[in-house]
Amino acid sequence: MSARTSRELSAPNAALASRSADDSRRVRRNRRKVRRGWTATPYLFLLPYLVLFVGFVLIPAIYGFYISLHDWDYLLPHKPWVGFRNYTDLFKSNSRDGAAFWQSMRATGLFVVFSVPFLVACPLGIALMLNRAFPGRTFFRAVFFAPYVLGVAVVGVLFRFVLDPNIGLVNFYLHEIGIHRAIPWTTDTPWVWISLVAMTVWWTLGFNAVIYLAGLQDIPQEIYEAARVDGASSWDSFRYVTLPGLRPVLAFVFTVTLLASANMFGQAFLVTQGGPGTSTRTAIMYITQTSFQQYRQGAAAAMSYILAVALILLSMLNFWVLRRRSA
Amino acid sequence: MSAGLSRRSFLALSGGVGSALALAACSSSSSPPGAGGPPAGGNGGATYTGPKVTIKFWNGWTGADGDTAKKMIDEFNAATPNIHVDMSVYQWADFFQKLPAAVQSGNGPDVAAMHLDDMPTQAAQQVIVPIDDVATALGLKESDFSPAVWQGGMYNGKRYAIPIDVHCLGLYYNKTVLASAGLDPAKPPTTGDEYLAALETLKGKGIQGSWVSPFQFTGAFQFESLLWQFGGDMFDKDVTKATWDSDAGVQALTWMTGLIDKGYSPRNVGQDADYISLKNGKNVFNWQGIWQVNDVASLKKFEIGVAPLPKVGSQGGVWGNSHQFVLPRTRGSDANKANASRYFISWFTKHEIDWAASAKVPASNELAQSPQFTSMATLSQFGKEVADVHFPPSVAGIDDALTELYTGVNQAVLMKKKPADALSSAASRATKIIQDNKKKYG
Repeated sequence: MSARTSRELSAPNAALASRSADDSRRVRRNRRKVRRGWTATPYLFLLPYLVLFVGFVLIPAIYGFYISLHDWDYLLPHKPWVGFRNYTDLFKSNSRDGAAFWQSMRATGLFVVFSVPFLVACPLGIALMLNRAFPGRTFFRAVFFAPYVLGVAVVGVLFRFVLDPNIGLVNFYLHEIGIHRAIPWTTDTPWVWISLVAMTVWWTLGFNAVIYLAGLQDIPQEIYEAARVDGASSWDSFRYVTLPGLRPVLAFVFTVTLLASANMFGQAFLVTQGGPGTSTRTAIMYITQTSFQQYRQGAAAAMSYILAVALILLSMLNFWVLRRRSA
Repeated sequence: MSAGLSRRSFLALSGGVGSALALAACSSSSSPPGAGGPPAGGNGGATYTGPKVTIKFWNGWTGADGDTAKKMIDEFNAATPNIHVDMSVYQWADFFQKLPAAVQSGNGPDVAAMHLDDMPTQAAQQVIVPIDDVATALGLKESDFSPAVWQGGMYNGKRYAIPIDVHCLGLYYNKTVLASAGLDPAKPPTTGDEYLAALETLKGKGIQGSWVSPFQFTGAFQFESLLWQFGGDMFDKDVTKATWDSDAGVQALTWMTGLIDKGYSPRNVGQDADYISLKNGKNVFNWQGIWQVNDVASLKKFEIGVAPLPKVGSQGGVWGNSHQFVLPRTRGSDANKANASRYFISWFTKHEIDWAASAKVPASNELAQSPQFTSMATLSQFGKEVADVHFPPSVAGIDDALTELYTGVNQAVLMKKKPADALSSAASRATKIIQDNKKKYG
């Protein structure tokens, strides 16, 4: 050990030279190896995810389908096979779930239609503003993102009191400025939809805004400069530079937002309890109620499959439209 | 993308499939679980002589009752060196998702408490086991209790539950506001006429005195009380169909919406707004649960009184429920734990008067009439009602049907439907559910 150290010290240059020669040989050898490749290597890297995917997505999905073919209560020893009856019953208006399930699907659909435009557009506006250089920009970025870190339970309880028709803050201030009608924010349509959409926008806007911000920073400044030289107004820059530059980001935001809205649960569960009546009871709420309050996992699994198929079709349509536009 | 979609569809099923899968792996056979008879060497919990054990106790007492339970358990643990009780409190909604799954996978608690109407569903699903031996050892008999509380603990001819308390609705009223309107705070209304007369006086002073809640807590409970007062009932005798759409039901719900029409209640009362407004002096009368007694007692600005519900209809009628002890099915048979659990139930039942401090009426008649209880000025008001209290029927899956009533009351009180229409469509949906459940649970 000491001999080797002293030799290296006495002839550092030689040692360095020989080491770097060693290294480069090794690198060359490795590069050859990588290029030739071992067929299993990429699959080994994918394996951990594959295990999770099979264990937590694929098998449960197949098992869920199997459950949906039974009158299934996981606590009862007898789980009678019913074939597709859980599905066909949903299409009979006089069955236990027929009318109620489709009403909940309609509620989910309405929420998607009302919320997605705002959830896509508002964060874009915020991102455009936050992308400009001004003092306190970082502070405002944090401000707009902050609500996103709150849990739905906190947001739900908060808005229940802020929006209460008779003792809520919003109606109190509306009264102060001369609007004397107590607006039923949490108890009557269409106000409940406005409330649910508005609180969802306030709560989740930060997430989409951050994604837009990243997208905006990827658009080269030179293109804006070239547009300005060509005499483009700021609207022109937005229309012909920003929007096309954001297209892939928009597609992502749109898809993710659509699916998130279709899975809305907590807001309606806490703020409106699905009311008035059952008009804001979403599909996920109804499925949860069927499965965990009524212990009917078979029917709930069938409903989940119908919801999943609806979402798959919607996403395919979405991709088809966006691909045509980018082609 | 397809991965994302199927993950979402998976999430939609969430615990259901996931835990069912896990549970399927655990419960290797689907043979009916053990009969759960009394454990070896036990005497139904009269005493405990086994070695030191720790038993798990689950309940949904998230309010003041949880604090009282904690104190009582500390006392029990100190007095009983060989048994350590470890209590976990969940929201009731979570409780009924967790308990069956935990029991099924062999990780359930040794003792649990639940409501009277939840017990049959859990018994039918074999989440809990019969405990006749505990009732025998405690020397409990029907005459000790309200018949409904005692019978409510039975399912298919076997006792599954030991009554702990009765909790019911009462009339809360803001004495301070009542006095300022020139009414006598010592004489709350006892009949429908007196009630409406007081409301008319309050209206003259610009006060809406009886906010009507469109939600289960406590609008639906108010409806149920009125239904019984007008001579109706929730279900027919054998619980084969919902009967709340009878004339009595329509009368009851019309009386409630009438309070709004006459300007005694604002429209669109939000969740808990009826109770919060009682506490801040905007509302005067609130049909509210006994569990709020300790909460209103802490108010400084207003004095809140409690009285039995006014008799609006031809007879007395009060919504009520009862907490009861149950023994969850446990994997294997640890006779020591089973005996310790029984001893704990027995001890707690004998200390029911301490439990009443968490705002409950003791389940046993003797205790409810004892000076110890009647000297609790506010709580004893509820004790006076006990004879009029109606409980949900002991039928598996009955909550599925009751949910439909809550929707119907919601629609009528929010003026989305006429009382008769709201009640009849809710009743026909509920009847379908009852028949469906009958097929399932037998």
